[in-house]
Amino acid sequence: MKKAGLYVGLAILVLVALAAILAPWIAPHDPYAQDLNNRLAVPFWMEGTNPANLLGTDQLGRDYLSRLLYGARVSLIIGVLTVIVSGVIGITLGVLGGFFGGRVDDVVLFLITTRLAIPVVLVALAVVGLFGSSAVLVVTVLGLLLWDRFAVVARSTTMQVRGLDYVSAAWAAGCSTPRILLSEILPNILSHLAVVATLEMALAILLEASLSFLGLGVPPPLPSWGLMIAEGRDFMFFSAWVIWIPGIALFVLVLGINLLGDGLRDLVGGRA
Amino acid sequence: MLALLVSLTVLTLAFTLTRLSGDLAISIAGPAATQEDVEMVRRAYGLDRPLLQQFFSWVGRAAVGDFGESFFFRARVSDLILERMPVTLTLGLVGLCIALVVSIPMGILAAVRENTWVDRLVQLVAMLGQAMPGFWLGLIMMIFFGLQLGWLPVSGTGSWEHYVMPGMVLAFSAIPALTRLTRSGMIQALGSDYIRTARAKGLSRFSILFKHALRNAALPVVSIASVQLGFMLGGSIVIESVFALHGVGFLAWESITKNDFPVVQAVVLVLACIYIALTLAADMLNALLDPRLRG
Repeated sequence: MKKAGLYVGLAILVLVALAAILAPWIAPHDPYAQDLNNRLAVPFWMEGTNPANLLGTDQLGRDYLSRLLYGARVSLIIGVLTVIVSGVIGITLGVLGGFFGGRVDDVVLFLITTRLAIPVVLVALAVVGLFGSSAVLVVTVLGLLLWDRFAVVARSTTMQVRGLDYVSAAWAAGCSTPRILLSEILPNILSHLAVVATLEMALAILLEASLSFLGLGVPPPLPSWGLMIAEGRDFMFFSAWVIWIPGIALFVLVLGINLLGDGLRDLVGGRA
Repeated sequence: MLALLVSLTVLTLAFTLTRLSGDLAISIAGPAATQEDVEMVRRAYGLDRPLLQQFFSWVGRAAVGDFGESFFFRARVSDLILERMPVTLTLGLVGLCIALVVSIPMGILAAVRENTWVDRLVQLVAMLGQAMPGFWLGLIMMIFFGLQLGWLPVSGTGSWEHYVMPGMVLAFSAIPALTRLTRSGMIQALGSDYIRTARAKGLSRFSILFKHALRNAALPVVSIASVQLGFMLGGSIVIESVFALHGVGFLAWESITKNDFPVVQAVVLVLACIYIALTLAADMLNALLDPRLRG
């Protein structure tokens, strides 16, 4: 049963990743090409649909399926890059705090507490509002804000590992501190960090969509799913599918990543 | 001590945040302003003073609750926030109540029926809730409850009915964590010696579950619940703008889009301080509930 979740999650993620990578080849239309004579065409399950636009078109006549496929790129790229930025920050802090303890750990704990007190969405919105929206800025801001869980888990797992025999053996063999951190500690806490990475990636994707929805994420005409929902909002009472389609895509992707993370957690056997 | 240090750091961050973007006077004066206009704005808002001086005068006034005047609303920032705060607090509390009412019974049910289909169903529901984009759920609810069924108002702040949908959406964000925590706490409690003793004494199932087990399982739930309330108040910015609920989050969003930096600064600061206060309150509440924690 639990394994099933892992495989379902993995399958969803692979499928979305393939859609994102292959978008230029499998998308039936240019996601930016407008056709004002063909606005808000309905998707395939409704009456009067046009087979050329399987999922219909948006308010500017752009093909919805093509935008959805390209939108997977935005979500995944922002998710992965954010995890890399926040992972580097959080793991560095957590490992240092957990390994050295004392003053170093006090500083790390202080940084984690401060970070938790900062309202993420508000600060991210404010920064994007001040600098103007761009995908690079969204990654930077989210990366700088979402490292707390990495730090907490890296810190606690490092504390568990640092007293174990193989670390003492490395000390006795005369290894340098950086070497012990990188080749003894880090590989042994990596599995716990992988679980955190999936959770943070899911969160980053949701936050990017929320920011874009509020008009302070990635700039139009990029096909971000959050932006598609925002653009469809004015038409949702008459053409509900314009927000159903990107919303379900977002929900399924985040669900898949979370299922994967949950399955990994069971494999690792820890409480990340 | 830590709380004070954190507050000071957030204060500095809130100040730096708004000075990062270059020349504020230019963005306040607007694109049509001449050089003289910009100079006038600069002097009027004290932006011609050294940065450190600006910082200390802002901190000094912020400490007594004076956040200056809003550029856009032409009103005192503290008045604006105080006026909108009840809406956000109500929303947060409604959300938290719904979340607790849903997640504690679900967690208990899952723990009592551990490893059965009931347990798995609860975990699946928590998983689905975690993946739900709040703003999207809000829109879907508007279509369903607002338009098709006509039960609830779609947007605005007028009556209690306006809080139902946003409260439910906000609750969704906290339900997964609270359910999991209740479940694991209850499983741990039910497996412990004092529960075996209680069973051996022949106490009723109800009394065992609710008087003995839940009391101990509730401790971590209480602290996470207050932390979640803090997150909800911070996250309500999205929900408030979806439902056009005129609370602090909506105010912040309006101010961000209008470059009204005194308001943005103040809201960041106020929300951070509320969060810090909530975590402190959680510690105290725990000490009250658990005699072992009293020093």
